[in-house]
Amino acid sequence: METCYHCGDDCYDSVLEHQGKNFCCNGCKTVYEIFQEHDLSHYYELQSSPGKTPSETKTAFDFLENEAIVQKLLEFDEQGTQIVSFTIPHIHCSSCIWVLENLQKMHAGVIHSQVNFPKKTVRITFASEEISLKELVVLLSRIGYEPSISLDDFSKKRSSVDRSLIYKLGVAGFAFGNIMFLSFPEYFEVDEFWLDQFKGMFRWLMFAFSVPVVFYAAQDYFISAFKGLRSRVLNIDVPIAIGITVLFLRSTLEIIMHWGTGFFDSLAGLVFFLLLGKLFQQKTYAFLSFERDYKSYFPMAVMRLVRGSKGEEEHVQVYDLKKGDRILIRNAELIPADGVLLKGTALIDYSFVTGEAEPVTKNIGETIFAGGRQQAGIIEIDVLKPVAQSYLTQLWNNAIFSKGSASTFETITNQISRRFTIGILLIAFLATTYWLLIDTSIAFNVFTAVLIVACPCALALAAPFTLGNMLRIFGNEKFYLKESHVIEEMASIDTVVFDKTGTLTTNNKNVIAYEGVSLSEEEKQLLTSTLRASSHPLSRALYKMLREHDVYTLDEFTEETGKGIVGVHGASEIKIGSLAFVGNDHLSSTHTGSKIKPNTGRTEVHIATTDTYKGCYVFANSYRTGMEALFTDIAETNEIVILSGDNDGERDYLQKLLPASARLHFNMKPDHKLAFIESLQKQGKRVMMVGDGLNDAGALAQSDVGIVISEDITLFSPACDGIMDAARFSDLPAFMKLSKSAIGVIKYAFVFSLLYNLVGLGFAVTGNLAPVVAAILMPLSSISIVVFTTLATYFLGSRIKKEKTKVRSKKSEELTKVIFSPRPSD
Amino acid sequence: MSIIYLLLTISVFVAVVFFIAFVVSVRKGQYDDTYTPSVRMLFEDELVKEKPASEEKKSTVLNQSNN
Repeated sequence: METCYHCGDDCYDSVLEHQGKNFCCNGCKTVYEIFQEHDLSHYYELQSSPGKTPSETKTAFDFLENEAIVQKLLEFDEQGTQIVSFTIPHIHCSSCIWVLENLQKMHAGVIHSQVNFPKKTVRITFASEEISLKELVVLLSRIGYEPSISLDDFSKKRSSVDRSLIYKLGVAGFAFGNIMFLSFPEYFEVDEFWLDQFKGMFRWLMFAFSVPVVFYAAQDYFISAFKGLRSRVLNIDVPIAIGITVLFLRSTLEIIMHWGTGFFDSLAGLVFFLLLGKLFQQKTYAFLSFERDYKSYFPMAVMRLVRGSKGEEEHVQVYDLKKGDRILIRNAELIPADGVLLKGTALIDYSFVTGEAEPVTKNIGETIFAGGRQQAGIIEIDVLKPVAQSYLTQLWNNAIFSKGSASTFETITNQISRRFTIGILLIAFLATTYWLLIDTSIAFNVFTAVLIVACPCALALAAPFTLGNMLRIFGNEKFYLKESHVIEEMASIDTVVFDKTGTLTTNNKNVIAYEGVSLSEEEKQLLTSTLRASSHPLSRALYKMLREHDVYTLDEFTEETGKGIVGVHGASEIKIGSLAFVGNDHLSSTHTGSKIKPNTGRTEVHIATTDTYKGCYVFANSYRTGMEALFTDIAETNEIVILSGDNDGERDYLQKLLPASARLHFNMKPDHKLAFIESLQKQGKRVMMVGDGLNDAGALAQSDVGIVISEDITLFSPACDGIMDAARFSDLPAFMKLSKSAIGVIKYAFVFSLLYNLVGLGFAVTGNLAPVVAAILMPLSSISIVVFTTLATYFLGSRIKKEKTKVRSKKSEELTKVIFSPRPSD
Repeated sequence: MSIIYLLLTISVFVAVVFFIAFVVSVRKGQYDDTYTPSVRMLFEDELVKEKPASEEKKSTVLNQSNN
C-alpha cells in the first residue's frame, strides 16, 4: 500500500499523485505545495513524512478577531511588534523545528520564531500590521501545526521557572572544587616551612567557601529536617542536617583552635552529591502536564447572539457568559456552560465527562450540561449558569483538589532512616561515654567523628538514583510519571480500580454487524463507492471493511454534516446516515413491514437505496487488546474493581474477561467514584485508579496513584500521577512488577551503604578519623551507590523489555481473535 | 613568597568569574531548553544557502538575545 509523502498515513485507494509523490488527501497535498512554493521542501528531507493532515475547520479561530481575547494571549505588544507563545502538540521531530523556525519565509510579517522542543511550544515575534494573530494561527493550521488554545491560556501567568536547585548545585560544585584544591597541600601533610606559614590563610579561605554551601545550598535539608522534627518524623534529612551542622561546627572550631584543617572538603562534597541526586530525581516531562483541570479542555471563546438584535453574532470569552445569554454551538464544538436547548438537534457525546459510551440525543427545551461535544449540526443554547458554576465544574470544588498532593505515604528511605538515626545517636553517645572514661581529650573528637561519618550520604542517594533511573526507563516505555516517588507508591498498591469507557475500551468505533435486508452486489458497490468519498470516521471504518468491492465514480455526491451522505450512480441512489436522515418516517422496512424504531444506546449507520430502507450497520467501542491477560496478571496480587459511568449493558461480557473476585459498579457519577475510592482507602487499601476522562478526575486525585490512559499523550488528560500511552496499557502489570523490583534494588543499596557507614564508624569510634579518610570515604561510597543502582535498574529495565516483546507477539494473535469474535449484544 | 597571596587572589578571582558566568547563563534560561539548540545547530548551513548573509546574521543575533 502507498503511504502519504506528507503525513505517512496509508493512502488506501484514493492516492493523489503530484510531482511523483503520493498523497492521501488534498489537505496533505496542499501543505506540500505551500512548502514547495516557499522553498521549504527541505522539510521532507530532514525526516520522512513528518507532517500532519491539516484540519478543515475554517471558522474555528474566528474568536481571535476579538481584541480582548487577543490581548490575553499576547506576551508582548508594543509599537506594532507582538510576541505570542503557542503550544503545538504536533511538534515531534527535527523537521518540525526547522519549518517552524523558518516561518518568516512563508509570511513577511513573521519576524522571528523559536521552538522549545521539549515543551512543544513555539514563540513567535511578528509585526501586527502585516499579520494579525488570527492570520498567524490560520497559517500554522494550514501547514498542519494547529496550536491548541484553551480556557487555560486565559489565566496563564508568565510562569517563573524554579531554577534554585541548579543555582544551589552550582554553588556547591564551585565550593567543592575550590576547597578540594585548597586542601590539597594538607592531604600530604608535608611539613614544609612555607606551607606551614600559609596554612591559616588556606584554611580561612576554605571556611569562606563553605559558608554559602551550608547556608544557601544545603538550606533545604535544614528546612525539611526541621519540618520533620516538628511533626515528629525522623526523616532522612534529620541525620543529614545533623551531619552538615557537626561538620561545619567542628571544622570551624578546628581552624580557630589550630587543631587541624577540618572537613570542609567532605562537607562541600556531601552537599554536592546530595543535590546531584535531587536533580537526577527531578526528571520532568515538559510537554506533559499533570495538573490540568477542565480549563485545559474547555474552549476559550464561544459564539454568542447579540442581545436584542436579529441574528447578529459575536465572539465572547467563555468567562463572560451570563445567565440568559444565547450561544451557538457548531458541529464538533464543546458546550462550555449548562443551558437549555432552544434550536437544532442536539446529539451530544459525553463520554469524556461522564463515561457514557454513546452520544445522547436532546430535544428542544431539555437541559444540556457543559462538557459534552455536539455531534450534529448547529444548536442554539440559552445559558443557565456561568461556566464556574456548571454541573461539571462543581466537581473541582471538592476539597481533594485544593488539598494538594500532601500524601501520608512514608517513603522507604524515611522508614530506614528512622531506625538509622536512633542507632547512630546511640553509637555516638556510647562511644563518647566510653572515651570520657578512658581519655577525655579525644571524647569530643569521637562524638563529632561518629556523627560525620554516619551522615547518610550514600543512603540518601540510593532512592533518588534508583527511582530517577526507573522514571527514565518508564518514560522510554511511554509511561510518564509525575514524580519519582510515584514508583514507590505503585509498589505498595493492593487494589486497582479501572474506569470502563475510554480506558478499557478504545475510542475507535469498530463495525460489529449488519442488521436488516441483505444487500445485493450492485448495492454493495454503490455503498462502497459512496463511502469512499466521505471523510467521516464512521464512513472510513465502514469503508475499510467493505473495501474488497469494486468501486466506481459517482455521478453525484452530497454530504450533510452530522446527518449523512447521499450518492447517486445512474438511476440508483443511496442514502447513508442517521435514521432520521435516511428517512424512516415515510418508509417502511421491506422485510417486516413495520416502522424501524431507533435503537438508542448504540451507534448505527442506516442505509436506504432509492426509497427503500435496507438496514443498518452497528458500531461499538471495542475493548482494548490483551485485557483478559492484564486482569489475570493484576489479580494475582491485587483486588480489581471496575467503576463505570455507563449503564450495565456490558456486565456479562466484562465478567467473562474478569477474574471471579472482581467487583463491578455501573452508573457511577464522577463524585460517586471519588467517594468510592475514599471508602476503599478507609478500609486500609492502597488504591490505584486507572482512568481517562474528566469524569475520573476526582477519583484520580483521591487515589494513591492515579494513572491516565491516553491515545495521544499530547492531548488533554486530567490531573494525575502518571500518563500512559494507550498502546502500552497491557503492560501495566509489568510496570507494577518493575516498581516492586525497584524497591528491592533500593534495599540492597541500603545494605551496601550501611557497610560503608560501618567502616567509617570503625575509624570514628577509635578516634582515628583523619580528614583525608573522610574525604575519600564520602565520595567513594556515594559513587559506588550510584553505579550500583544504575546498573541494577538498567538490568531490570532490559529484562522487562525482553519479556514484553515476547508477550506482545503472543498478544497480537489474541488481538485478531478478539476483534473478529462477535461481541454480546448490549 | 608573598607572591602566594597574589596567586591565590588570582585563582579565586578566576573561579568567581566562571561562577558568575554560570549564574548569568542559568538566569538567562540557557538551561531551560537543552535539546532544541542541539538540533537547531545542524540547520545553520541550510539557512545560509537560502538567505543573504546579512539576514542570517540578524537572525542569529535575535537567537542569542532571546535565549
